[in-house]
Amino acid sequence: MLKTFTLGGVHPPENKISATSKIVEMHTPKNVVVPLVQHLGAPAKSIVAKGDIVKTGQLIAQSSGFVSANIHSPVSGKVLKIDKALNSSGYKSDAIFITVEGDEWVDNIDRTDKLINEIKFSKQEIISKIADAGIVGLGGATFPSHVKTTLPKGKKADYLIINGVECEPYLTADHLLMLEKTEELFVGTELLMKALDVSKAIIGIENNKSDAIKKMQEVSKKFNSISVQPLKVKYPQGGEKQLIEAITKRKVPSGGLPIDIGAVVFNVGSVYAIYEAVQKNKPLIDRIVTVTGKTLKSPSNFKVKIGTMIGELIDMAGGLPEDTGKIINGGPMMGKSVASTEIPIVKGSSGILIMPENESKRKETEPCIRCSKCVGVCPMGLEPYLLSALGEKSLFDRLESDKVMDCIECGSCSYVCPSGRPLLDYIRFGKTNVGKIIRSRK
Amino acid sequence: MVLVIFDTIVTLSGLGIAAAIVLYLVAWKFKVYEDPRIDKVEEILPAANCGGCGFAGCRNFAEACVKQEGLDGLYCPVGGNECMTNIAEIIGSSAIVKDARVAVLLCNGICEVRPKTSLYDGVSTCSINASLYGGDTGCQFGCLGHGDCVVVCDFEALHMDAATGLPVVNVENCTACGACVTACPKDLFELRKRAKKDRKIYVACKNEDKGGIAKKSCSAACIGCNKCFKVCPFDAITMNNNLAYIDSDKCRLCRKCVPECPTNAIIEIGFPPKKERTEQSENETIIKQN
Amino acid sequence: MSKLITVSPSPHIHSGQSVEKLMFGVIIAMLPALAVSVYFFGMGAIYVTLVSVVSCMLFEYLIQKYLLKTTPRITDGSAIVTGMLLAFNLPSSLPLHIIIIGALVSIGIGKMTFGGLGNNPFNPALVGRVFLLLSFPTRMTKYAVAKGFQTPVLIGEDNLDASTGATPLGMIKEGLVGNETVQSVLKDAGIKYGDFFWGNIGGSLGEIAGFALIIGLAFMLIRKIITWHIPISVLGSVFIFTGLLWVFGYEGHSYIIDKWGLNIPYIQYLDHDLGVKAPFHMADPVFHILTGGLLLGAIFMATDYVTSPMTPKGQIIFGTGIGVITVAIRVFGAYPEGVSFAILIMNGFTPLINRYVKPKRFGE
Repeated sequence: MLKTFTLGGVHPPENKISATSKIVEMHTPKNVVVPLVQHLGAPAKSIVAKGDIVKTGQLIAQSSGFVSANIHSPVSGKVLKIDKALNSSGYKSDAIFITVEGDEWVDNIDRTDKLINEIKFSKQEIISKIADAGIVGLGGATFPSHVKTTLPKGKKADYLIINGVECEPYLTADHLLMLEKTEELFVGTELLMKALDVSKAIIGIENNKSDAIKKMQEVSKKFNSISVQPLKVKYPQGGEKQLIEAITKRKVPSGGLPIDIGAVVFNVGSVYAIYEAVQKNKPLIDRIVTVTGKTLKSPSNFKVKIGTMIGELIDMAGGLPEDTGKIINGGPMMGKSVASTEIPIVKGSSGILIMPENESKRKETEPCIRCSKCVGVCPMGLEPYLLSALGEKSLFDRLESDKVMDCIECGSCSYVCPSGRPLLDYIRFGKTNVGKIIRSRK
Repeated sequence: MVLVIFDTIVTLSGLGIAAAIVLYLVAWKFKVYEDPRIDKVEEILPAANCGGCGFAGCRNFAEACVKQEGLDGLYCPVGGNECMTNIAEIIGSSAIVKDARVAVLLCNGICEVRPKTSLYDGVSTCSINASLYGGDTGCQFGCLGHGDCVVVCDFEALHMDAATGLPVVNVENCTACGACVTACPKDLFELRKRAKKDRKIYVACKNEDKGGIAKKSCSAACIGCNKCFKVCPFDAITMNNNLAYIDSDKCRLCRKCVPECPTNAIIEIGFPPKKERTEQSENETIIKQN
Repeated sequence: MSKLITVSPSPHIHSGQSVEKLMFGVIIAMLPALAVSVYFFGMGAIYVTLVSVVSCMLFEYLIQKYLLKTTPRITDGSAIVTGMLLAFNLPSSLPLHIIIIGALVSIGIGKMTFGGLGNNPFNPALVGRVFLLLSFPTRMTKYAVAKGFQTPVLIGEDNLDASTGATPLGMIKEGLVGNETVQSVLKDAGIKYGDFFWGNIGGSLGEIAGFALIIGLAFMLIRKIITWHIPISVLGSVFIFTGLLWVFGYEGHSYIIDKWGLNIPYIQYLDHDLGVKAPFHMADPVFHILTGGLLLGAIFMATDYVTSPMTPKGQIIFGTGIGVITVAIRVFGAYPEGVSFAILIMNGFTPLINRYVKPKRFGE
């Protein structure tokens, strides 16, 4: 019996068509566009100006507060301008435009592939290096990692959980990372264990990645305090609350954080970035991105520099197919649909999914037949039909008391609704407004 | 038989009278004293319960007027100056007089000038569309056309024009209550000062992109060229973020800015069409002046 | 000019589930019971079902098109399901005009007045059925004696008594009033327990064959059309309640009292005042489960999506309520059969249950 979470969950078709494509390093583009907001929290402030020459790995935007992150140049070249650019939020925001020239890197970065498993740094130094390198949660939430490693006073971590689940259909970036950079991931985990004062770490991997599980389990024999836990394939196993429950049986209380029950969760991508930052002095300037889709010529996993336009990645994967209906930044359940390919890859971009025209239109909406399938699949034990109806009518006080803020926006409810009702659309609307009301009370 | 009917009548009447006495006593014992002026003020109010005053309905506003002992910061946009003057009389305070206002949509991105660049397939409400992305055209500031404003208007002053894709304000019905201003997620509505004959001059655009980019997404966009700003004799126009704005309180409707705009982003409503200046009429003018 | 890219909020995939698929799944689950009723009642079963289904679809179309002035939508299968369920609650000998009136009430009053699919608080088929039961009591309680395809169809008023009979529950109720015992009534009618299961008894189209209904239940559970909560809680609560009455009323008083020297007033009440004395005046739990449309009600009528609660906890409360009310009506009430009324009463409680019974939240 594989471990899993208890409430709800759905089984969308996995479509991991790029699972066998080895990671390919993408060529450096001619220009990059680096947005100043790539993380949760306050936007970074640019410290370069038009005409400045920058080196790869150089700090170009400073973190502007505790919950914020540094941004480094992914290329070497000249700053063209600081202007508004379209990004996956659907709106334009400030970004640094850099024209690429040469391949100059900042001095102390170790560019070799050699594994460095000796940990020379103290807990404080590790956290500092994570903060300096601008590491954020690469699973998609982009929460600044140094904030997560700085535990609030009085709270202690019992478990470090590494999220290798990748429950979204189509996405395989984490899968390939676990296959190709296995030992580095374990060293990164040890670094985090030191930073958090934790004595054991568990890596959760969904059971559809048997080759990755096997490789990770082999390497885990060398590391006593890190174990690998295969998990039942069920969406959204990768949600941090569901992952913590599956592995430790503990449940994060409503409105609480994982640290409240002694758990800290990091995505494997973030762990690799932390390894590179601490052991190789390399800041976060690139990441693995899956480019996939049934109609795409060659679904691939690319190592991409931050700031590369997604149009270039799609070209590398065979070009945008004629019958493309949707371009999705992320996976099919929670990804953001975008209107153009003139959008840059940012720290949180885990995948680009191309959907053909015949799969891109929503089903016709029918009245709610009160079948309660949405209630049955909600992993947070909410009542999506009710929250959606309340959202439609803007009844924000009832929305709050019916716990709309617990919703993790996984999309299982809309996925399963036989009447094709846009449940999540209205729930998100309700969440946004209730969030505003709650913040205005403080 | 008659006895039964008689018994019934007596019993039921007795019950009725007993109930009436109980109700009367309870109403008398638990009566809440309310300032009688509240009822008087409520009677004058338009009873639209639209919330335009910022209170929860007309009665709530009436209570606030009476309790506050002065009308500072209290105004009913639907009732207007006449109503507020009458209220001032009742509560014995000085009346507030404000300029009448009307809602204006600061966007003229009709289908012909603003081509579609994507297809929106989500729920047809402006708030959800706006939370997803800037809209199905190149301009992320413009009207989305789903009609959240129309739904929220209590006075039937808004309807969607299917040909242009934009909402149209019925100036007679509009009470400037502000519901559409709050409802629009793009902040496209403004309550501008009403002029005589409902004349208006305004910049029908909120696009803050640089000129070249703005023009590409909508040929009627404001490109921030400053021409109108330079020509306004009353300092009514301000430029911010590649966008011009005409302050309706300062504007004297002189119409000098309208022909200056290269994209026709400035709209004038309610004016007679300008006469063509031909050589003949120019000569006439010169002769007349002499 | 290439087509425009589509933009919409997540999620971007769908399970493929639809209202049509669910409704047609229910229809398939009802086919075994339909087959059994045709086997026993012949053409009557076919007529009643066909007339009911066609009238329901027709009325839904007409009302949607001409009264409500919206696009008519009868292909989602819900009108067909209502038609079949209504038919399953009717005797095979019912005249056409009564069936059509029933369909009109079911669809027109039971469903459309509340706003159509998804908005009705009461099960439409039961609304129609109870309306007919109260308006045409004799026709609705006389069931043609099963003779396969020889069974008389569309029986006229004059032939009624000669060719029809009552259901086993009805017979027992009458018999108890006439101071007979359960055993003697069944023996006189020549009915064995096996008959209830395989269908060889009198009754409405859908209630006769236990096994066919259970096959339908299994099908719906496997296809995840319904969950086990409502059927099991209805049947379970009936079983337990009748079981308790049967045990405590056994031979009047004696078993429990004699063995443990108890003198419980309630048992005296059961015995002296209500005259409930198993096994003479009280049928055993298995009998209750197998008769009187309880299986039909628990499996197909109570599990109607629109009128049942939305949470598992709520569904169990709902099912238990139905069971308790059914037994109360059957044992202590004047009607021999209580499932329809019990379900309608609990349908009325569904909004209250939905309001106050919340699902298990994550973290509780």
